[in-house]
Parts: sequence; structure tokens; C-alpha cells
Amino acid sequence: MSYLKAFKNTNMKKIDFRALYVLVVLLSFGCTRTEEDLPEALFPATSDVFIDNFIGLGSDFYFPYLGAKPDVFSVDRSEGFESEASIRIDVPNADDPGGGFAGAIFRIDGIGRNLSDYNALTFYARASQAATIGEVGFGQDFEGDIHRAFLSNLDFTTNWKKFIIPIPDPEKLLQEKGVFQFAAGGIGAEGQEVGYTFWLDEIKFENLPEVAQPLPQISGGNNATESAFNGITIPITGLNVIYNVDGTDVSVNAAPAYFNFSTSDESVASVGENGVITLNSTGSATITASIGEGANEMSALGSVAVTSTGEFDFAPTPPARDADDVVAIFSDVYNKVNVANYNGFFQFATTQGGAIDILGDDIISYTDLNFVSINIFDAATVDVTDMTHMHLDVYVRETVDPSDFIRLELINNDGGGSTQSAASVQLQTYSPLLEGRWVSYDIPMTDFASIGTPDDIDLIFFVSDGTISSIYIDNVYFYR
Amino acid sequence: MNSIKAYKKIIIASAAVVLTSTVMTGCDDSNELPDRDYTLVWEDTFDGSTGDAPNPANWTYDIGTGVDGWGNLELQYYTDRTENVSLDGTGNLLITALAEPFEGSNYTSARIKTQGLREQTYGRFEARLKTPFGQGLWPAFWMLGTDFEEVGWPQTGEIDIMELRGQQPRVISGSIHGPGYSAAEAITSDFEILDSRFDTEFHVFAVEWGPDFIDYFVDGRLYQQLTPESLPDPESWVFNNKDFFIILNVAVGGNYVGNPTDNTRFPQTMTIDYVRVYQ
Repeated sequence: MSYLKAFKNTNMKKIDFRALYVLVVLLSFGCTRTEEDLPEALFPATSDVFIDNFIGLGSDFYFPYLGAKPDVFSVDRSEGFESEASIRIDVPNADDPGGGFAGAIFRIDGIGRNLSDYNALTFYARASQAATIGEVGFGQDFEGDIHRAFLSNLDFTTNWKKFIIPIPDPEKLLQEKGVFQFAAGGIGAEGQEVGYTFWLDEIKFENLPEVAQPLPQISGGNNATESAFNGITIPITGLNVIYNVDGTDVSVNAAPAYFNFSTSDESVASVGENGVITLNSTGSATITASIGEGANEMSALGSVAVTSTGEFDFAPTPPARDADDVVAIFSDVYNKVNVANYNGFFQFATTQGGAIDILGDDIISYTDLNFVSINIFDAATVDVTDMTHMHLDVYVRETVDPSDFIRLELINNDGGGSTQSAASVQLQTYSPLLEGRWVSYDIPMTDFASIGTPDDIDLIFFVSDGTISSIYIDNVYFYR
Repeated sequence: MNSIKAYKKIIIASAAVVLTSTVMTGCDDSNELPDRDYTLVWEDTFDGSTGDAPNPANWTYDIGTGVDGWGNLELQYYTDRTENVSLDGTGNLLITALAEPFEGSNYTSARIKTQGLREQTYGRFEARLKTPFGQGLWPAFWMLGTDFEEVGWPQTGEIDIMELRGQQPRVISGSIHGPGYSAAEAITSDFEILDSRFDTEFHVFAVEWGPDFIDYFVDGRLYQQLTPESLPDPESWVFNNKDFFIILNVAVGGNYVGNPTDNTRFPQTMTIDYVRVYQ
């Protein structure tokens, strides 16, 4: 039985105390005891995670992240905070064949803990050189990560230093197995990071008077606005709780489960416990949040004002065509070539977004557009020599001014050599771009004459130089 | 700080507390502090309706930025607006520092005083209050000599019953300033609370002041006793036989506390439950 195993490893004093408590309960409430009283008593309130040794974690508790180097973890018997032992993490070089970063969770191999009497996870840490650790936290168990909470960018120094991670709402942690989590990459330029070592000791949950003044936030404390369509779901972002820890503010990233969400109009927008908004009908609603229950409930700063403009206006469905008569880049109707991505996030590009799913239909959504490309350079040769036209549908999600433009540019045989060629057209010269409406373009391939023989299309660029920033694109294909 | 050091500190602090409680609760021959037999002269419990100004029979205002930010390069503009100073309707006075452009300053706050209204020589002066918090906040409960306009500062004498740096919410200071011992050379002691913070709960700050002595208390714990012998020159004790008046304020930034940062939260409030003066 797993909970007995966990008990074995917990502090003896606590067990004695708990046994006494159960006895007292039995004595005084023997016949009125209800079933709901029982489960809570089963979960130990053990505070310690690692004090020179692991405490109550069982035998199988270390789970690395996907892509992380798995064998970075050991107990170092020659280093410790005022002791002879600590957890040692060897952060790998970025090019380590075993994995380019260090990251793992410590999950109790047994029953979870009742951490509701504590207000912070604390630990001591030092590193072989000053280093910024990406994440340290708790509540991650790879079984839903319901109560995940973590600090970002912790500065470790070569000296032992204490770190305090406030618990967003301890009342929520009644049977928590995910007691520790970290993620760290090397130091240096992207792709060339060099590894180092850090040590952790005295990892435990504490109730500290210096942790105070919680300020929960959603949308990072801002009043965000989102506009979409019926059936669309929008996750609330920027969830955190700022605590003042002995005079200094610390922002803890907090999972949606720590928050209570509410909507001003359920018929327009509902919001789940997972912090995901679903638009139900045309109209506007405001999503707000709080933390805690009853007298402890505290409103979160920030909100999300959502508007549903109604049913999503899908692009016209392309006609049936013989497979030989079409080369499709993006389509729900035709067989597509293999596309590497719909946004390469190139240097100097501000463009966000890419392919999204709206109620089962794929479309491309770009925001903050200056330039972006559909990248098909990984695919087998995309030969459109025999095609007569290029088709695409464009929907502009903002006012179109007379000077606004979208330039469509094709790159053939990408690589920068003498065989690379390019050609471009201005969409609005074929048909005006329209706000809130799909416009279909069928561009003769002869207008791309400067490309020569289009036998290896690698990139399709959309360039607006910021004149138009928010668009949908659908049905990108060549045909004859 | 390593944990052994911290532990030592706690032991010392607890020892001090035990000693103090012995002193304070003895009330018999073993009592080292004489029973001063104080009786209440006046009090303000800040009862009234939400948004009311504090009782004008007790309180008046300092307005503006003084000279060089009240001598400390403080950043706030003091007003008598209810946004900055008002009753909360549940028996507290709120002094609120706001981050807002106002008359050339980037912050507003309030500084109220009993000058010309409630002035007294000697006695027990206490307030129960909760401080603001965060880098650059500087709440204070203090007293100045009524002759400061004639003799100037620091000759007039200043008794700081409670000052706090917002970035250290568990530490308050009690100080005196006078000729030869002012500003950075003030005679001062810190009191650190280990199991709470001054911004999360109410605490009682007091001095007992008489001829040749000023005793400092937090929550009834004596933590500092000042006499002329505490000074570099005992002759420069300026606290005998003259009236002082009370000041309550929340300053923002300046020499003592440093300036707020982007992480300092505003508004920030000092919540005062009562001020009591005994003789």
C-alpha cells in the first residue's frame, strides 16, 4: 500500500502527532465522524523535500523533461549548504547529444502531501558560475500539472543563497505530489550555450512571516481585449501572483487552478476552471478572476474583454480538381505539399501567428505583420511549371487605408546562389483588399515571369511593411 | 545570512523579549521601570464616515514639497485632499501615497500634525498603526519641538517614534535628532520583528518621555532607552521643559529610504487605528 511507504519516510514526530490527533477525533466525535473527514487525514503534511537526503519521495521520483538531458542529476556527497550533501545538476552544453538542457520534476512516489499549512517552497542554491536558471517551482507532476507554480529567471551565484517561492494559494495543495521542478539551459549565445553545474540543498516547504501582500493578476495585470468568433476558445494568459517577500516583490507564475474565473455574460462567453474562454454567441463579455475562498477571496488585477463578432466567415471552398491540375500549399480540400512552417519568425520580422484551427477548419492567421513567409524548403521539389495560376484567399481584420498593401513574393530554388530567383506581385492591384471580408485572388503565373521556370518554389512571402498587420489567409495553391 | 547566525539572532531577540516582559509585567519591587502612572490626556480614534478628513481640532497639514523635498530629497507632494488623507469609516485614518503627476511631483501623499492644536511636554505618546510596504516608502510617526521656527532644526529636537523603510517591512527605527546628532548621526536603534511584518498587522509604537529620558516601545516591548548620557555631548539634550507636537506622514523616496522602483506597488497606505497621548 503506497501511503504506508510514504509514512515510513516522514518525520517520526509528525506521525506520532497525527496518530494522536486521529485518536482525539475518534474519542470526541466517534459517532458523528463523517466520511469526508477521512481522506484529508491520510495525506501527510511533511515539509522537507531534501535536507542532505531525499525525504519521503520514495524510490522513483525523478522525471526529466522531454528533450532534456536525463542524466544531469546526482547527490553530491562533497558539497552542501552547511552540510556534506546536496543535489547536483550538471547543465549540459547546448549541443550535448543527450539533450541540450537540464530539467526535471521530483514527484513523490507514493501519496501526495497536504501543503496547506505552508506558504512557500524554499531552498538554498549555488552554481559553479553566476547563472540565470530558467525555472524553479513545484506543482508539476506530469499528471495534469494542475497546481504548477514557478519563478522564472532565478539568479544563482557562486555562494549559497536562499530562494523563496511563495505558494499562490496553499489551500489548494491538499494532496500534492509534484514537490520540485527545475529547468535550466547553458550560458552564452543561442545555440552555443555552455554548461555549468549548480547545487540545491535544504529544499522544503515553510510558513514564513516575510511572505505577504499577495496581488493576483490575469493578463499580466492588464485589461486585455480579444475579438473572435462563436466556438473559438481563447486561453487566458499572464496568470501570476505577486508577493512581497521581506520588502521585495516576487512574481510567481501560477496555473489556472489557483484562480476562480467568472464571466459577465455566460451566454456570450464562458470560462472553464482551466482558464480557457469559449465564445458562445455574438456580443461582448468581460472575464475576471480571484484567488481564495470566502473571507480570503481576493480579486485579481486585470481582465479579458472578449467580443464575438458572430459565426466565423470561412473562405469560399475551392472547386474539385484533378490531382494533376493542382499543387496545394495550404488547403483543407487538396492534398498539400509538406510545409516546414507558416511563420519562420525571421530576424526583423514582427509577425506573430501561423496556421490555426477554427472549428475544424485550418486557416492561417497573422498579426503584427511586417513580413512573413510560408516555408516549404524542406519539402520535395515543389514544381509548378505546368500550372497557369496561383490562388489565395485573403481576409483583412482592420481598416484598409489607400496606401496599404500586401506584396506576394515567390522564391524559387532558395539558397542564395545564382539559381535562386524571385518574383512578386501587389495583391491590391488585382482586387482591393477589404476589411472583414474574404477576397479571392487568381494570379496568372505569367505575372511571375521574372522567376523563370518555377520548378522549386521554396518560400511564399507576404510583405506589408506594417501597413496591414492583421490578416487571415486560406486556400493557397497553384492550379491549371 | 547562514542559518546558525539567524538562529543566534532569534535566541538573543527572544531573550530580550523575555527580559522586557519581566520588566513590563513586574509591576512590583522588581520593576526596573518606574510605574509612571500615566493618565490619558487626549486621543483620536479616527471614528467618522468614510472619506471624512481627520478631526480639525487635532490635526493640521503640511502642504507641498518643503525645501529640497523636506530636507531629504523626498519625491512626494503633500496635500490635504481626501485622496491622500481620510477616515476609512471603520475607525482608521488612511494616509495614502499615490503615484500621480501633481504640481510637478510624481507622487502625492499627506503629512498631518498637531502643531498649534495638541502640544505637550513629557508623557506617553503612542499610535497603533499598519505601515505601507515596498522600496521607497517611508512612513513615520514622530515629534518636533514647537520652537523649531525660532531655533531651527536640529536645535529644536526631533523624536522619531517609528520610521520604516518599505523595503524592510520587519524593521522599524526609533531615533532622536538634536544639535551634533542629526540626520545620519542621529541616535537610533532598530527593532526587528521576527514572526510578523509591520505592514500586515497593526502594531503599537510608543515613547515614554520625561526629564532626561526617552524610552521606546513596540507592542509594549521596551527596546531603547535614551538619556543625555546617550549623546556624544550630554549638554546637547534638547528634550527637557518644552512642548513637542506629533507628525504622521508617508514620504516617497529620498535620502533615508531610496527611491521607489518600477516594482513598487501604488497606492500605498499607512492605516492608523488610534493616537493616544498620556501625561
